[in-house]
Amino acid sequence: MNPVNYLYLAALLFTIGATGVLIRRNAIVVFMCIELMLNACNLSLVAFSRMHGNLDGQIIAFFTMVVAAAEVVVGLAIIVSLFRSRHSASVDDASLMKL
Amino acid sequence: MSFPLLTATAALPAIGAVATAAVPAARRTAAKWLALLFSLATLALAVVIMVRFDPDGDRYQLTESHAWISEFGVRYDLGVDGIGVALIALTAVLMPFVILAGWHDADPLETGSKRWRPTQGFFALILAVEAMVILSFEATDVFLFYIFFEAMLIPMYFLIGGFGDRAHEHGEEAASTQRSYAAVKFLLYNLAGGLIMLAAVIGLYVVAGNFSLPEIAEARANGSLDMATSTERWLFLGFFFAFAVKAPLWPLHTWLPNAMGEATAPVAVLITAVVDKVGTFAMLRFCLGLFPEASKWATPAILVLALISIIYGALLAVGQRDIKRLVAYASISHFGFIIMGIFAMTSQGQSGATLYMVNHGLSTAALMLVAGFLISRRGSRLIADYGGVQKVAPVLAGTFLIGGLATLSLPGLAPFVSEFLVLVGTYTRYPVVGIIATFGIVLAALYTLVLYQRTMTGPVKPEVSAMPDLRVRELAVVAPLVVLLIFLGVYPKPVTDIVNPAVEQTMSDVQKKDPQPEVEAAK
Amino acid sequence: MENLIALLIAAPLLGAAVLLCGGRRLDAVGHWIGTLLASLSFVFGAVLFFDLLGKDATDRTLTQHLFSWIPVEGFQADIAFRLDQLSMTFVLLITGVGSLIHLYSVGYMEHDERRRRFFGYLNLFLAAMLLLVLADNYLLLYVGWEGVGLASYLLIGFWQHKPSAATAAKKAFLVNRVGDMGLSIAIMIMFTTFGTFAFGPLLGSEETPGVAGDASEGTLTAIGLMLLLAACGKSAQVPLQSWLGDAMEGPTPVSALIHAATMVTAGVYLIVRSGAIFDAAPDAQLVVTIVGAVTLLFGAIVGCAKDDIKKALAGSTMSQIGYMILAAGLGPIGYAFAIMHLVTHGFFKAGLFLGAGSVMHGMNDEVDMRKYGGLRKYMPITFITFGLGYLAIIGFPGLSGFFSKDKIIEAAFAKGGTEGWILGGCALLGAAITAYYMTRVMLMTFFGEERWRNRETASPAEPNVEPAAEHQGEHAEPHPHESPSSMTIPMIVLAFGSVFAGALFSIGDRFVNWLEPITGFEHGHSPLSAAAVTSSTVAVMVIGVAVAYVQYGRRPVPAVAPRGSLLTRAARRDLLQDDFNHVVLVRGGEHLTRSLVYVDHTLVDGVVNGTAASVGGLSGRLRRLQNGYARSYAVSMFGGAALLVAATLLMRAV
Repeated sequence: MNPVNYLYLAALLFTIGATGVLIRRNAIVVFMCIELMLNACNLSLVAFSRMHGNLDGQIIAFFTMVVAAAEVVVGLAIIVSLFRSRHSASVDDASLMKL
Repeated sequence: MSFPLLTATAALPAIGAVATAAVPAARRTAAKWLALLFSLATLALAVVIMVRFDPDGDRYQLTESHAWISEFGVRYDLGVDGIGVALIALTAVLMPFVILAGWHDADPLETGSKRWRPTQGFFALILAVEAMVILSFEATDVFLFYIFFEAMLIPMYFLIGGFGDRAHEHGEEAASTQRSYAAVKFLLYNLAGGLIMLAAVIGLYVVAGNFSLPEIAEARANGSLDMATSTERWLFLGFFFAFAVKAPLWPLHTWLPNAMGEATAPVAVLITAVVDKVGTFAMLRFCLGLFPEASKWATPAILVLALISIIYGALLAVGQRDIKRLVAYASISHFGFIIMGIFAMTSQGQSGATLYMVNHGLSTAALMLVAGFLISRRGSRLIADYGGVQKVAPVLAGTFLIGGLATLSLPGLAPFVSEFLVLVGTYTRYPVVGIIATFGIVLAALYTLVLYQRTMTGPVKPEVSAMPDLRVRELAVVAPLVVLLIFLGVYPKPVTDIVNPAVEQTMSDVQKKDPQPEVEAAK
Repeated sequence: MENLIALLIAAPLLGAAVLLCGGRRLDAVGHWIGTLLASLSFVFGAVLFFDLLGKDATDRTLTQHLFSWIPVEGFQADIAFRLDQLSMTFVLLITGVGSLIHLYSVGYMEHDERRRRFFGYLNLFLAAMLLLVLADNYLLLYVGWEGVGLASYLLIGFWQHKPSAATAAKKAFLVNRVGDMGLSIAIMIMFTTFGTFAFGPLLGSEETPGVAGDASEGTLTAIGLMLLLAACGKSAQVPLQSWLGDAMEGPTPVSALIHAATMVTAGVYLIVRSGAIFDAAPDAQLVVTIVGAVTLLFGAIVGCAKDDIKKALAGSTMSQIGYMILAAGLGPIGYAFAIMHLVTHGFFKAGLFLGAGSVMHGMNDEVDMRKYGGLRKYMPITFITFGLGYLAIIGFPGLSGFFSKDKIIEAAFAKGGTEGWILGGCALLGAAITAYYMTRVMLMTFFGEERWRNRETASPAEPNVEPAAEHQGEHAEPHPHESPSSMTIPMIVLAFGSVFAGALFSIGDRFVNWLEPITGFEHGHSPLSAAAVTSSTVAVMVIGVAVAYVQYGRRPVPAVAPRGSLLTRAARRDLLQDDFNHVVLVRGGEHLTRSLVYVDHTLVDGVVNGTAASVGGLSGRLRRLQNGYARSYAVSMFGGAALLVAATLLMRAV
């Protein structure tokens, strides 16, 4: 099996995700873009798993999903509390950790 | 196992520091007496060291050796040679005077001022400095030395930054700003030097495999430890840089006038008379002992820097308007002499340099402490604010003059002996350097006498007309110093006897022989 | 007997210690303690002198080794003393004149509340001066050398409340320090060349010649010139002469003892003592004679123009020491005469200064001779003793100055060649000028009209009028009176010395024979016969006296100094030496130190502070990268990751 097409797709998804992270200001969108990047990685993992004929890649993909789900829980909670305190979901408004 | 005399001598002031700090805040006077007591007890132990030390015996005596960080071969090794004994004695002698002179320097300010002045802390810090200085004179393990060499910066930092002069022409706010500046400058300069030295210490470990000064020096001497020329030179420079900052050598000197100017007089004495001596002492012991070839390689450059220090320090002293800064620049000039004596690589030069360390401690202490008494009376450090003090306070003026005459190396007082030895020792190998350095003695007369003339003679200024003469406590500080200056000027033999064999050892470390006279005198 | 040598020094040293540390309790008796210990020292000196006289001429060197002073590998300095004919001569002069001046000071300083301290300083001076002449090596001599400098500093500045006195004291010490630098360099060269600086091995004795001559001539010339520099400083010779005039700010007994009779002659002692070195370095000797000749004219010219009686005498001192230095530079033909003139000069110049002090004592401390005049009636003893000193210094036949100066002039001609003629000519000219200015002093002070009456109409109060005229009003008319006997007795004794010492020394060449074992002696071969030299000396002396008489005896002396010729004005300002020093050294030095202070603050400190500032600036810029925007952190993360990937790929490819 030739994974090249899957990898192209994964790269495309990753790039879209990365660009989104860098240029969007809405925290929810940034968050979705991060998910997109994670899923791009999942796609390539699954593709490699298929190519090598073993399950390692798929197991890692499951791990990623679990971790991503946990991350979504924590991340959304932060975004919600941020929105409550500042009435904005823009990431640029949360630049408090600088000197 | 015999009594650990060296550890005890250093531990005593350390215990004293803790004990003094633990005295309750209300019992201020008790803390002072306690500190004085501990410094006197340390002096007694130092005398025991002098007595027990046999000048004709082994190079390092009263040695103690314990494993400490065995993974890196760091040991708790102590031992003293003649040079170390002389400097420990100097430190122990000066401390009671420093404490006595600073008796009221850390008293709480007048009611109304919010600044908190922890009296106990002041004396505890002084004792802590004493402990660390003594340990660095005793350490024969390079790493152990490095630790104390650096650690003494911490109490010094607080002493400079926390307890400045009460007298300041621009008010308390400005004084506090300048004090912090001086303290930070002191710390940064010395830390920078120390870090470079740390790199060199690690480098030395990589090359030699242990930290023991006697072992490495022995291995260097008999050829079993070979260092590449460039390695030796880099390591030498690393060590020398740290010592040159501390000594201080031109152009690394600028922290000293700030620190001495802002600190109280006793702390200023602590800086030049004691702490800075660790720098010159370490040049003699570590630079020459560990890196003889590199030392000889660097000699011309160092002599030039020392010469610049001598002339430059003296000229700047002439141009100062602040009494304490003047003494600081004078000290820079004197440190130039000491370093010149060390690197002239002659017996006279090095004996003279060691003697110079002791004598400079005494003479600067005498001059600076009397200057401190003067400043505390008038509340100003500016020379122009004084005049005619001789008329109202003759004893103060007289002791000030003696301190000044010692600073200009008047024959009959101790510094003359050492200064002449340094000059002769330098001249025999480097005539031109010796002659140029001689100009320093004329400049020394200039800045001392100008200082004396402007402050002590002439018509009495109205502000000083009610100035009291020296009090009993102050006289108790100055009189013994004056006696010591005269005694060591007439009979320096007790010190030279201790120092000479150690200097011979150092000379053999660097494998140098004294130049022989052209014409052999008939015996 | 040797053990007495240390006691000689110990007595006045003890006096100094007791008087300076004793406190006010000793105020009442302090001056007698000081005088007693000085006289005690003289008694020890006399005992030793008679002991030496009883010995064989070649066996008159006593040494005393006290202890090892600076023992360092290869370097040996001892506290050891040597008493031979040369130092014996000085010991007697120092303790003798010193004791007399102590006695004189008891009266002179009677009204000074710090009299005890004054005697302490005087005793300190005696101790240091004795150490100087008794030391057995150059380093110990150096201790005495600077010790007398210190005593001189303290005594010139004794009236410290006067800024002029404090400045003069500082100046004296500083100029002397320049000279001391010469001495210390000389010792360094000696140590490097010979490995020792003790007199014994270096200069040799009767039996064993010293090693001094074995070194190369260049080295010896260098040592000689450095010793000369030292001598110039201490003895106020050109070019280090400027301090002596100002030193007259000190009390008059100090001027008499230190700045006329003893300390300023230490330079002559040093050169004569180091004869073995100079004899082997003819070039250095030539420079010595030139310095002596120049100074003897310089001092004499300055002496002609001064209206301040002490400064006129100071110029004279400078000039007379010029004679001694000139003689010392002539080698063995001159050494003994240099010392002989030194001793006779010690008598008559101390006498003259004490006379001047006595005049000032009676005139409310007025020093301007234009405000004297006609004092002989009021101060007969002072007049007679001063007059005898005057006759001695101008070389009146039969008095002591005549014998000693005549011998020096003769020896100068005997140097031979053009040099001999020039040096001899200078010395003769100097003798004429000496007669002129001393006659001027004599006439202005003791003869002529009484210009001190009706002072109000004369000149406004001058700044150099002694403010210590404490017990009388500034403008009160003085009542000249003779001084108390404690002051006149020393003057009378010194007058005896001025009259008879020369004859005593010269008849039968007693003095030369006494010193010969130490200094050596050669008869010079003068192109002029002794009689010719003597008669021309007397002739120029008469001319000098006559000119002065015409100018100051026949005509009334104006109470305010006339403007005078260019030379006179220059001479009043000490031939512009201070102006030169001021412009070149003082101003230049001030500019140098001020600019160095600036450089230290901006450049040396600036480099370090600049480094600190640039580190701070860099970190400030780095800090700005942390702007708090998540996306910019993300960019750097992605950039870093991309770099890593690129690097990995690149490494694979290679």
